[in-house]
Amino acid sequence: MNETSNQTRSVVVEREIPHPPERIWRALTQPHLIEEWLMKNDFEPVAGRRFKFSADWGGVDGRVLSAEPNRTLSYTWAAMGLESIVTWTLTPTSMGTHLRMEHSGFPPDREQAYQGAGHGWRRFLGNLEQVLARMD
Amino acid sequence: MPNAHDALFRTLADPTRRAIFERLCRDGEQTVGALTARSGVSQPAVSKHLGLLRRAGLVLGRHEGRQTHYSAQRGALSPLIDWTSQMAGFWRSRFDDLEDLLKRMDQ
Repeated sequence: MNETSNQTRSVVVEREIPHPPERIWRALTQPHLIEEWLMKNDFEPVAGRRFKFSADWGGVDGRVLSAEPNRTLSYTWAAMGLESIVTWTLTPTSMGTHLRMEHSGFPPDREQAYQGAGHGWRRFLGNLEQVLARMD
Repeated sequence: MPNAHDALFRTLADPTRRAIFERLCRDGEQTVGALTARSGVSQPAVSKHLGLLRRAGLVLGRHEGRQTHYSAQRGALSPLIDWTSQMAGFWRSRFDDLEDLLKRMDQ
Protein backbone atom coordinates (compact mmCIF):
# COMPACT_ATOMS: atom_id res chain seq x y z
CA MET A 1 0.00 0.00 0.00
CA ASN A 2 1.48 3.35 -0.91
CA GLU A 3 1.47 6.49 1.25
CA THR A 4 -1.53 8.01 -0.47
CA SER A 5 -3.83 5.09 0.08
CA ASN A 6 -2.47 4.66 3.58
CA GLN A 7 -3.58 8.18 4.43
CA THR A 8 -7.11 7.37 3.37
CA ARG A 9 -7.21 4.96 6.32
CA SER A 10 -6.73 7.82 8.76
CA VAL A 11 -9.45 9.91 10.31
CA VAL A 12 -8.56 13.44 11.35
CA VAL A 13 -10.89 15.72 13.27
CA GLU A 14 -9.66 19.17 14.31
CA ARG A 15 -11.36 22.10 15.96
CA GLU A 16 -10.62 25.48 17.45
CA ILE A 17 -11.86 25.24 21.01
CA PRO A 18 -12.32 28.33 23.19
CA HIS A 19 -10.73 26.73 26.24
CA PRO A 20 -7.11 26.49 27.40
CA PRO A 21 -5.12 23.28 26.76
CA GLU A 22 -4.98 22.53 30.50
CA ARG A 23 -8.75 22.16 30.71
CA ILE A 24 -8.96 20.05 27.55
CA TRP A 25 -6.15 17.86 28.86
CA ARG A 26 -8.21 17.12 31.97
CA ALA A 27 -11.22 16.19 29.84
CA LEU A 28 -9.03 13.87 27.76
CA THR A 29 -7.32 12.13 30.66
CA GLN A 30 -9.50 12.04 33.80
CA PRO A 31 -11.78 8.98 33.92
CA HIS A 32 -14.90 10.72 35.29
CA LEU A 33 -14.57 13.40 32.58
CA ILE A 34 -13.73 10.95 29.76
CA GLU A 35 -16.88 9.07 30.66
CA GLU A 36 -18.97 12.17 29.96
CA TRP A 37 -17.98 12.51 26.33
CA LEU A 38 -16.50 9.17 25.29
CA MET A 39 -17.00 5.97 27.30
CA LYS A 40 -16.71 4.43 30.76
CA ASN A 41 -13.06 3.77 31.41
CA ASP A 42 -10.17 3.15 33.77
CA PHE A 43 -7.82 5.47 31.93
CA GLU A 44 -4.57 6.81 33.34
CA PRO A 45 -2.27 9.04 31.25
CA VAL A 46 0.90 7.07 31.92
CA ALA A 47 2.91 5.61 29.05
CA GLY A 48 2.63 1.82 28.92
CA ARG A 49 -0.52 1.71 31.05
CA ARG A 50 -3.36 -0.45 29.71
CA PHE A 51 -6.98 0.64 29.91
CA LYS A 52 -10.48 -0.23 28.80
CA PHE A 53 -13.19 1.95 27.31
CA SER A 54 -16.52 0.15 27.73
CA ALA A 55 -19.73 0.65 25.84
CA ASP A 56 -22.88 -1.36 25.29
CA TRP A 57 -21.58 -2.61 21.92
CA GLY A 58 -18.43 -3.99 23.52
CA GLY A 59 -15.65 -1.56 23.93
CA VAL A 60 -12.06 -0.72 23.28
CA ASP A 61 -8.84 -2.06 24.75
CA GLY A 62 -5.97 0.35 24.75
CA ARG A 63 -2.48 1.11 25.91
CA VAL A 64 -1.03 4.55 26.44
CA LEU A 65 1.84 5.15 24.02
CA SER A 66 2.76 8.64 25.14
CA ALA A 67 1.38 11.35 27.37
CA GLU A 68 2.88 14.81 27.44
CA PRO A 69 0.60 16.90 29.67
CA ASN A 70 -1.30 19.66 27.87
CA ARG A 71 0.43 18.86 24.56
CA THR A 72 0.02 15.35 23.15
CA LEU A 73 -1.63 12.10 24.08
CA SER A 74 -1.44 8.90 22.08
CA TYR A 75 -2.92 5.48 22.71
CA THR A 76 -3.70 2.25 20.93
CA TRP A 77 -7.31 1.51 20.17
CA ALA A 78 -8.21 -2.14 19.70
CA ALA A 79 -11.79 -2.86 18.79
CA MET A 80 -13.28 -5.75 16.83
CA GLY A 81 -9.84 -7.31 16.63
CA LEU A 82 -8.50 -4.33 14.75
CA GLU A 83 -5.74 -2.35 16.40
CA SER A 84 -5.32 1.30 15.56
CA ILE A 85 -3.81 4.41 17.12
CA VAL A 86 -5.45 7.58 18.39
CA THR A 87 -3.30 10.67 18.79
CA TRP A 88 -4.42 13.95 20.32
CA THR A 89 -2.47 17.15 19.77
CA LEU A 90 -3.20 20.35 21.71
CA THR A 91 -1.80 23.62 20.40
CA PRO A 92 -2.46 26.84 22.31
CA THR A 93 -3.90 29.70 20.23
CA SER A 94 -4.90 33.27 21.03
CA MET A 95 -8.53 32.13 21.32
CA GLY A 96 -7.91 28.92 23.23
CA THR A 97 -6.70 25.66 21.75
CA HIS A 98 -6.40 24.01 18.37
CA LEU A 99 -7.39 20.42 19.12
CA ARG A 100 -6.46 17.74 16.62
CA MET A 101 -7.35 14.05 16.78
CA GLU A 102 -5.91 11.56 14.35
CA HIS A 103 -7.12 7.98 14.30
CA SER A 104 -4.88 5.83 12.14
CA GLY A 105 -6.70 2.69 11.14
CA PHE A 106 -3.82 0.72 9.77
CA PRO A 107 -0.59 2.10 11.13
CA PRO A 108 2.31 1.67 8.70
CA ASP A 109 4.75 0.67 11.43
CA ARG A 110 2.68 -2.27 12.60
CA GLU A 111 2.81 -5.47 10.69
CA GLN A 112 0.27 -7.00 13.03
CA ALA A 113 -2.35 -4.34 12.50
CA TYR A 114 -4.92 -7.05 12.67
CA GLN A 115 -4.89 -9.74 15.36
CA GLY A 116 -3.63 -12.94 13.83
CA ALA A 117 -3.38 -11.39 10.42
CA GLY A 118 0.36 -11.46 10.26
CA HIS A 119 1.62 -9.42 7.37
CA GLY A 120 -0.49 -8.57 4.42
CA TRP A 121 -3.52 -6.86 5.90
CA ARG A 122 -2.52 -3.43 4.68
CA ARG A 123 -1.30 -4.86 1.43
CA PHE A 124 -4.63 -6.57 1.07
CA LEU A 125 -6.50 -3.30 1.42
CA GLY A 126 -4.23 -1.69 -1.14
CA ASN A 127 -4.78 -4.56 -3.53
CA LEU A 128 -8.47 -4.50 -2.83
CA GLU A 129 -8.74 -0.87 -3.81
CA GLN A 130 -7.01 -1.64 -7.08
CA VAL A 131 -9.23 -4.64 -7.69
CA LEU A 132 -12.39 -2.66 -6.98
CA ALA A 133 -11.22 0.20 -9.16
CA ARG A 134 -10.70 -2.19 -12.05
CA MET A 135 -14.10 -3.79 -11.56
CA ASP A 136 -15.99 -0.53 -12.10
CA MET B 1 -19.37 -0.44 15.45
CA PRO B 2 -21.53 -3.55 15.40
CA ASN B 3 -20.23 -7.09 15.82
CA ALA B 4 -21.12 -7.92 12.23
CA HIS B 5 -17.72 -6.48 11.29
CA ASP B 6 -16.07 -9.03 13.49
CA ALA B 7 -16.78 -11.99 11.21
CA LEU B 8 -15.63 -10.03 8.20
CA PHE B 9 -12.37 -8.92 9.78
CA ARG B 10 -11.68 -12.37 11.18
CA THR B 11 -12.39 -14.09 7.90
CA LEU B 12 -10.07 -11.82 5.97
CA ALA B 13 -7.35 -11.99 8.62
CA ASP B 14 -6.10 -15.30 7.24
CA PRO B 15 -3.60 -14.85 4.38
CA THR B 16 -4.71 -17.99 2.51
CA ARG B 17 -8.37 -16.99 2.65
CA ARG B 18 -7.44 -13.51 1.56
CA ALA B 19 -5.51 -14.92 -1.38
CA ILE B 20 -8.50 -17.05 -2.42
CA PHE B 21 -10.83 -14.09 -2.16
CA GLU B 22 -8.47 -11.86 -4.13
CA ARG B 23 -8.16 -14.50 -6.83
CA LEU B 24 -11.95 -14.70 -7.14
CA CYS B 25 -12.14 -10.90 -7.35
CA ARG B 26 -9.44 -10.82 -9.98
CA ASP B 27 -10.20 -13.84 -12.13
CA GLY B 28 -13.94 -14.30 -11.63
CA GLU B 29 -15.89 -17.46 -10.83
CA GLN B 30 -13.91 -20.65 -10.18
CA THR B 31 -14.30 -24.22 -8.93
CA VAL B 32 -12.56 -25.67 -5.86
CA GLY B 33 -10.37 -27.67 -8.20
CA ALA B 34 -9.19 -24.63 -10.13
CA LEU B 35 -8.55 -22.71 -6.92
CA THR B 36 -6.64 -25.63 -5.39
CA ALA B 37 -4.40 -26.02 -8.43
CA ARG B 38 -2.87 -22.59 -7.84
CA SER B 39 -3.20 -22.17 -4.08
CA GLY B 40 -0.42 -24.40 -2.75
CA VAL B 41 -2.74 -25.97 -0.16
CA SER B 42 -4.87 -29.12 -0.23
CA GLN B 43 -8.37 -29.27 -1.67
CA PRO B 44 -9.99 -29.95 1.75
CA ALA B 45 -8.18 -26.86 3.08
CA VAL B 46 -9.43 -24.75 0.18
CA SER B 47 -12.97 -26.07 0.75
CA LYS B 48 -12.77 -25.16 4.41
CA HIS B 49 -11.61 -21.63 3.58
CA LEU B 50 -14.40 -21.29 1.02
CA GLY B 51 -16.91 -22.36 3.68
CA LEU B 52 -15.74 -19.62 6.01
CA LEU B 53 -15.72 -17.04 3.21
CA ARG B 54 -19.25 -18.08 2.33
CA ARG B 55 -20.41 -17.78 5.94
CA ALA B 56 -19.04 -14.23 6.05
CA GLY B 57 -20.99 -13.46 2.88
CA LEU B 58 -17.81 -12.84 0.91
CA VAL B 59 -18.26 -15.72 -1.49
CA LEU B 60 -21.24 -17.30 -3.19
CA GLY B 61 -21.41 -20.90 -4.43
CA ARG B 62 -23.35 -21.83 -7.57
CA HIS B 63 -24.03 -25.51 -8.27
CA GLU B 64 -23.68 -26.76 -11.82
CA GLY B 65 -23.79 -30.51 -12.25
CA ARG B 66 -21.38 -32.01 -9.71
CA GLN B 67 -19.30 -28.87 -9.54
CA THR B 68 -19.71 -25.77 -7.41
CA HIS B 69 -18.55 -22.50 -8.90
CA TYR B 70 -17.49 -19.86 -6.42
CA SER B 71 -17.61 -16.12 -6.95
CA ALA B 72 -16.58 -13.09 -4.87
CA GLN B 73 -19.27 -10.89 -3.36
CA ARG B 74 -17.67 -7.47 -3.25
CA GLY B 75 -20.76 -5.93 -1.64
CA ALA B 76 -19.91 -7.78 1.58
CA LEU B 77 -16.83 -5.59 1.88
CA SER B 78 -18.70 -2.35 2.25
CA PRO B 79 -18.47 -2.28 6.07
CA LEU B 80 -14.71 -2.47 5.70
CA ILE B 81 -14.54 0.17 3.01
CA ASP B 82 -16.72 2.41 5.17
CA TRP B 83 -14.45 2.17 8.21
CA THR B 84 -13.06 5.66 7.65
CA SER B 85 -16.39 7.39 7.24
CA GLN B 86 -17.84 5.52 10.22
CA MET B 87 -14.96 6.54 12.45
CA ALA B 88 -15.11 10.14 11.22
CA GLY B 89 -18.78 10.29 12.21
CA PHE B 90 -18.03 8.69 15.56
CA TRP B 91 -15.27 11.17 16.41
CA ARG B 92 -17.17 14.25 15.24
CA SER B 93 -20.01 13.43 17.59
CA ARG B 94 -17.50 12.72 20.39
CA PHE B 95 -16.01 16.18 19.75
CA ASP B 96 -19.47 17.70 20.14
CA ASP B 97 -19.90 16.01 23.51
CA LEU B 98 -16.38 16.99 24.53
CA GLU B 99 -17.15 20.65 23.79
CA ASP B 100 -20.37 20.42 25.81
CA LEU B 101 -18.41 19.00 28.71
CA LEU B 102 -15.78 21.74 28.49
CA LYS B 103 -18.53 24.37 28.78
CA ARG B 104 -19.92 22.65 31.86
CA MET B 105 -16.45 22.48 33.40
CA ASP B 106 -16.42 26.30 33.21
CA GLN B 107 -19.09 26.65 35.83
